[in-house]
Amino acid sequence: MQVFGKTQDNLWTLVAAPTIWGFHFLFSYFLAAYRCAPNDDIFNTIGGTRAAIAGVTAVCLLLILLIARRAWREWRADGGGYSNNQDTPEARERFLEFSTLLLAALSFAAVVFETLPVLVFWDCR
Amino acid sequence: MTRPGTIAAGLSGAVLTGCQGAQSAFDPAGVEAERVLTLFWIMLAGGTAIWIVVIGVSYYAARGKSGPYSDRSGIRLIVWGGCVFPAVVLAGLLWWGLTMMPELRRAADGPTIAVSAERFWWRVAYAVEGEPGVIRNLPRGGVPSANEIWIPLGKRTEILLSSPDVIHSFWVPPLAGKMDAIPGRVNRLVLEPTRPGVFNGACAEYCGTAHTYMGFRVVVVPEAEFEAYVASQALPAATTDGSGARLFVQNGCAACHTVRGTAADGDVGPDLTHVASRRTIAAGLLPTTVENFAAFIRSAEHIKPGVEMPAFGILPEEEITAIAQWLGKLE
Repeated sequence: MQVFGKTQDNLWTLVAAPTIWGFHFLFSYFLAAYRCAPNDDIFNTIGGTRAAIAGVTAVCLLLILLIARRAWREWRADGGGYSNNQDTPEARERFLEFSTLLLAALSFAAVVFETLPVLVFWDCR
Repeated sequence: MTRPGTIAAGLSGAVLTGCQGAQSAFDPAGVEAERVLTLFWIMLAGGTAIWIVVIGVSYYAARGKSGPYSDRSGIRLIVWGGCVFPAVVLAGLLWWGLTMMPELRRAADGPTIAVSAERFWWRVAYAVEGEPGVIRNLPRGGVPSANEIWIPLGKRTEILLSSPDVIHSFWVPPLAGKMDAIPGRVNRLVLEPTRPGVFNGACAEYCGTAHTYMGFRVVVVPEAEFEAYVASQALPAATTDGSGARLFVQNGCAACHTVRGTAADGDVGPDLTHVASRRTIAAGLLPTTVENFAAFIRSAEHIKPGVEMPAFGILPEEEITAIAQWLGKLE
C-alpha cells in the first residue's frame, strides 16, 4: 500500500529485523546444540554446521540490510526528523521509519555477534 | 595513624588477605586461572574507565552547560557514545573471550580422572579407561578415592565430570573456572597447574542442605610423585584385621563403604581404603584425625547437616573408638 508516495510502515515492518535476528539466534543455537549434543566426538571438526550457519548468516544480514535501506530512504525522503510530537500520519510514519532503522542496526550487530563463535570453534569443545 | 587511616589499613589488609591462599582466584596456580584473572583485571579497568566517563558526562549535563542541545549534537552523542562505542568494545571483548576457549580446551596430555559429584561429596577414580568425551556416563573402574584429587604438575589433566543425582559444579578457583557436573552427561575440564601446592575446591552449584560442606582438595605434585600416589591408592588397605575392622563390618558400615582387602564393599559412600592418607574427612570439612573420625561416626548429621550417613551414637563408645582408630591407620 502506498502512502505519501512510498510504502506504509506498520508494526510488522518495525519488527521484521528483530524477527530475523531471533530466527538467526534460534537456528544457530539449535543447529550447534543438535550437532554437538551426542557429546561423543568433541575433537571432530563440524565444517558442515559452520558452513550452514555462515550461509544463513549471510542471508539474514542481507535481509536486515534491505530493511535498513528501505527505512533509511523513506525516512530521509521525509526530511529525516527526530521529533515525533505531532499527532499526524506523517509524524507516525517518520517515527516508525526511524525506529525500524535503529532496530535494523541493532539486529545487524546482534547477528554478527552471534556468528563470531563460528569463526573460532572448529569442533564441539 | 588517624582513625580513618587505621580503618582503611585494616580493611585493605582484610581484603588483600582474601585475595591469597588455597581458594583464591586472585592467586592463580593454573593456566586457565591465570587467563581468567587477566580477563578480570582488563574488565575491571575498562569498567572503571567507562564508569568515570559516564559520571563525568552526568556531571557535565547537570552542572556544566545550561542551554538546550541541538538535535545534531544529541544524535551524535547517542550514535557514537551509545551505539558505536559499546558495539566495538563488546565485539572486542567477545572476540578475545571466544579465542581463549579452544586453546584452554585443547586435548589433555596427562592422566584422565573421573569425578562424580554426589550429594554431598566427590567420588574420584584415577586412570579410568575411555576416550575423552566419548561417553554419556562416567567410565567404570579405575583407582577409587574420594574428596581429594592429586594431579601432576605441568601436565594437562583431564577431569571427566558427571553426577548421579542433581547438578553440581566443580570449582578449584586457583586452577581453573567452574564446570558443571550434570546427570546423564559427561563434561570435561582440563586442569593445567603451574605450581605445586594444595588447593581448595568447592561445589559451586547449590545442590542441597550440605552444599556448603561439599568441598575437596586438589594436590599438585611432580609427575613421579603422582604416579607413586596412584599406585599406592590402588593397593588394598594397610590393616585389614583387628577389632576396628571387625566392628566396621559388624555394625553395618560395610553396607555403604568399601575398604579393599576386607569384606566391606558398599558403594553408597566414599571408598575408605586409604582414608587416613587424605587430608580431610567429610568432603573437606574436618582434618583427618582419629578424634574427628569418632565424632563423625557418633553424629555425622551434627557435623554435616544433610549428610546421608546416619548417626551411630547408639554404639558403645569403645566400639566407636576402635573403628576410629582403625580408620586412622588406613593410610
